[in-house]
Amino acid sequence: MNKRIEKLRKQSQEAVPRISAERALLITEFYQSSLSRRVSVPVRRALAFKHILENKSLCINEGELIVGERGPAPKAVPTYPEITLHSIHDLEVLDSRPKVWFRVDEETKQIYRDKIIPFWEGQSNRDKIFASMNKEWKAAYEAGVFTEFQEQRAPGHTVLGNKMFRKGFLDLKAEIAVAVDRLDFFNDSKAYAKREELKAMDIAADAIIAFAKRYAAALKKRAGEETNPGRKAELLKMVAICERVPAHAPQTFHEALQHYWFIHLGVITEVNPWDSFNPGRLDQHLFPFYKKEIDEGSLTQETAKELLEAFWVKFNNHPAPPKIGVTAKESSTYTDFALINLGGVKADGSDAVNSLSYLILDVIEEMRILQPGSMIQVSKKNPDRFIKRAARIIRTGFGQPSVFNSDAIVQELLRQGKSLEDARNGGASGCVETGAFGTESYILTGYFNLPKVFEITLNNGTDPVTGKKIGLKTGNPAEFTTFENMMAAFQKQLQYFIDLKIKGNNLIDRIIAENIPVPFLSLVIDDCIANGKDYNDGGARYNTSYIQGVGLGTLTDVLTSVKYNVFDQKKYTLNELLEAALRDFEGDEVLRNDLLNHTPKYGNDDDYADEQAVLIFNLFYESVNGRPTTKGGYFRINMLPTTSHVYFGSVVGASLDGRKAGKPLSEGISPFQGADRKGPSAVIRSAAKIDHLKTGGTLLNQKFNPSLLDDEKGLDALVALIRTYFRMDGHHIQFNVVTADTLRDAQKHPENHKDLIVRVAGYSDYFNDLGEELQNEIIRRTEHSGF
Amino acid sequence: MLDFLILFLPQFVFRFINPFNILVMEGIIFDIKHYALHDGPGVRQTVFLKGCPLSCWWCHNPESRGSEPFSFRKEEKIDGHVVAEQETVGRKINVQDLMKEIEKDTLLFEESGGGVTFSGGEPLLQFDFMLEALKRCKSHEIHTCVDTTAYVSKEKLQHIAEFTDLFMIDLKQMDDRLHKKYTGVTNVLILENIRRLDAEGKKIWIRYPLIPDMNDQEENLLKMLAFLQRLKQKPVVSILPYHKIGSHKYKRFGLEYKMNGTYEPEPEQIERVKNLFEQAGFIACVGG
Repeated sequence: MNKRIEKLRKQSQEAVPRISAERALLITEFYQSSLSRRVSVPVRRALAFKHILENKSLCINEGELIVGERGPAPKAVPTYPEITLHSIHDLEVLDSRPKVWFRVDEETKQIYRDKIIPFWEGQSNRDKIFASMNKEWKAAYEAGVFTEFQEQRAPGHTVLGNKMFRKGFLDLKAEIAVAVDRLDFFNDSKAYAKREELKAMDIAADAIIAFAKRYAAALKKRAGEETNPGRKAELLKMVAICERVPAHAPQTFHEALQHYWFIHLGVITEVNPWDSFNPGRLDQHLFPFYKKEIDEGSLTQETAKELLEAFWVKFNNHPAPPKIGVTAKESSTYTDFALINLGGVKADGSDAVNSLSYLILDVIEEMRILQPGSMIQVSKKNPDRFIKRAARIIRTGFGQPSVFNSDAIVQELLRQGKSLEDARNGGASGCVETGAFGTESYILTGYFNLPKVFEITLNNGTDPVTGKKIGLKTGNPAEFTTFENMMAAFQKQLQYFIDLKIKGNNLIDRIIAENIPVPFLSLVIDDCIANGKDYNDGGARYNTSYIQGVGLGTLTDVLTSVKYNVFDQKKYTLNELLEAALRDFEGDEVLRNDLLNHTPKYGNDDDYADEQAVLIFNLFYESVNGRPTTKGGYFRINMLPTTSHVYFGSVVGASLDGRKAGKPLSEGISPFQGADRKGPSAVIRSAAKIDHLKTGGTLLNQKFNPSLLDDEKGLDALVALIRTYFRMDGHHIQFNVVTADTLRDAQKHPENHKDLIVRVAGYSDYFNDLGEELQNEIIRRTEHSGF
Repeated sequence: MLDFLILFLPQFVFRFINPFNILVMEGIIFDIKHYALHDGPGVRQTVFLKGCPLSCWWCHNPESRGSEPFSFRKEEKIDGHVVAEQETVGRKINVQDLMKEIEKDTLLFEESGGGVTFSGGEPLLQFDFMLEALKRCKSHEIHTCVDTTAYVSKEKLQHIAEFTDLFMIDLKQMDDRLHKKYTGVTNVLILENIRRLDAEGKKIWIRYPLIPDMNDQEENLLKMLAFLQRLKQKPVVSILPYHKIGSHKYKRFGLEYKMNGTYEPEPEQIERVKNLFEQAGFIACVGG
């Protein structure tokens, strides 16, 4: 890392996260204008976007090579009052909470008091959503049966495809003109809506071009003042780049990065979409530029690396927008989940690993920074060398890059009906979510608390934590004479809550489609222009909505415990177990020891336990998969938690696997913390028993003692372990290479471990930034060590 | 009563009279480790068989010694309370079930170039069981490794050699008097067996447990080198530096630990020993 990057990286890491009221002011100003009231909703959104980009402050940091910030400075985070309106109390909480805080100054609060709150109160999308949900939905939501992703943030979740590395926004404007020409006002009842949407896209395209030109002008001014001739030349080069992109397709490596960055800023300024935005298959998109310039001699490997590192810093400058309430609990992190994909296969199915893939791995290793996240796609066609190079980074213990199975991803996408080429151009984003990059709207709608549904089943529809009846009366547990009986009741209860969730999603989809179209995002995702339809209204080629199952390991262990201790061994009655759980096992050490240490557990390749994982998985799958959305797409499942397993655990009482009340659930498809005792090869076999190809992503976490990877043999073994898991269709695996002792020490002496980064669930985070319960959860994960 | 006989008598006969010895061949093992990285090439599954004719002072698996399972008192801490229970070390397993366990790792063996390693104790104390397991592994194309003391009859070794891809044998001490002192048995048979296996072209990895003051004397090292140099093949030499990891087991199982004064060798000493072997033309590695 050279001096410049070192400085930029340091600036980024030391920047203090704070709330900026700039965007809130600008959008409020626009919505109050008479122009806003004269136009259709999509056009209003586009004009608001334009108004923000025309007036927001620009930021050029010292020594930067890629320019553009969402806020006025690094980590100055805007708000989106049209989506979520923060109260003064919310702002105070954001400012004062111990983790994932954002500084809020008095001036910001004053602006909120005087201008933002009076205008938006009761009008935000969040208000509209909660006003539309019925009391059953609210009861389930409040009990922590599921969360709602769209309550504070706009959908998004998507990833850029290759198109935008070959096109400029002027090209898109030409496409829009063609689409407008083709509108059939005689036979198409949607022609007006399409025209308004296309008009909005056209305005958004102009807005981003003008925004780049503002940067060009600012850079030119800066160049005029610059006394250092080297920097002056750089600034002038950047002026030329910002005059060219994103209006035109990029022609150089540097242009391609700046071009993408403008698009990124556009997407995260228009709304506050989940998972920010993502360039996706970066080594594929950039390779033509890289190769051409390296061959011509106009770019060196060193310069390319410097530019990539400058690009990395830009991601790190952008924490996730502030989250509050349940959303803050389910996703308690600054990370905003841009996930760089490397490797995999090309559209023609051949090995996609290239020299740039390796260079980017060097960048990841050198930067050792939270954002962007990174992953390698591993196909059977990729060489072991590629995995081993990544393994050398993984063993340094900051949880990056994570490892995905390309061949499984392609099959998952094909199963959902994507074309073979679109599937091969896809990958994973966010934590582990499968998507057809550049052509799909695939949104997460909320986490779903599987153990909670079973807890409610065992209480005949009542939530034992609150005593409220929130589910169906599916029978008194005393009447469950067989395991199958009990599971039939669970299935009914599950279907009831899934139906509630899906009904809610279908309402929320409409609220968003009608109130928050995203003409800018729609420009860059196919086929919104051709369809004349917004990304949030089914304009994309493919539309998928996910419900994310949480607590598979915990519920597997709970069901296995009942099957083993109650029905098979008859060691305890169901009632005895329920009563002990109600007491949180106070005074039941022997019983709890039986549950913890003498009952089969998921994660040990023991079919007796793993059968329940398959059973739960299949029930969950059947209840969700293939049901229609309002956007012409389908509901699917995936299995990931971010940090919701901690929140969900906090609302579930003591469970029949011996877990104490309020403690975190298992995460992803990983075994419950400490339950896997037969090493990593047994874990991957247990995890592979569910059919990953029926999902849009599963998440498996493994904690390795660093000694397991300290020599070549250990690295080779890791490569073999990954290959083995992937031969069994495993979707994704990631590793925390750290000792529990280190983590315990970090908990006691955070000041000595400021740079300790750990893998949480689908992303990495500073250990110090995690809540205590999550820290404990990671410490308790089984640490596989060498034998 | 008749019902009872019809139902249970055949099982009874089968289990205890055991006329079809091979079918229900049972052995006693005390552990199976998956993802073992130091017991042969690739990733191994290591099966530990109970019983050992040696009683090395530094042994880190003292629970392997007796041939029968034994119980000990184990304490689990649950919510700050101690729950005491009997735990058994060692369990019977028949060959079919063992094969099921071994074959779980087939894909990992294929991906890593690994296989199964039989260790102990001394696996060949349960000769019939071992022979049967090895035969089955080979018929399933699984790489086999036997980690043996070589303190067994040459006939037994020869017999299993046909189904063994790799032998791992310790050279503990060349001086027979010291060998007897620290392991309880003579090294004559061991050295002879190594020579014979080598002469027959069997692949051998030599393991040298480096134990300060007990076998790290210059004289012993030179004798080891001389012995190894006379072999036909150049075996890989693994140096296994003494560590105290196993010491807590002695306490747990109520056994006498004779190594209290012994220190773990310094990295410099390990490196010196490694160089010695390398200069003599051997591939030497530390651990594994």
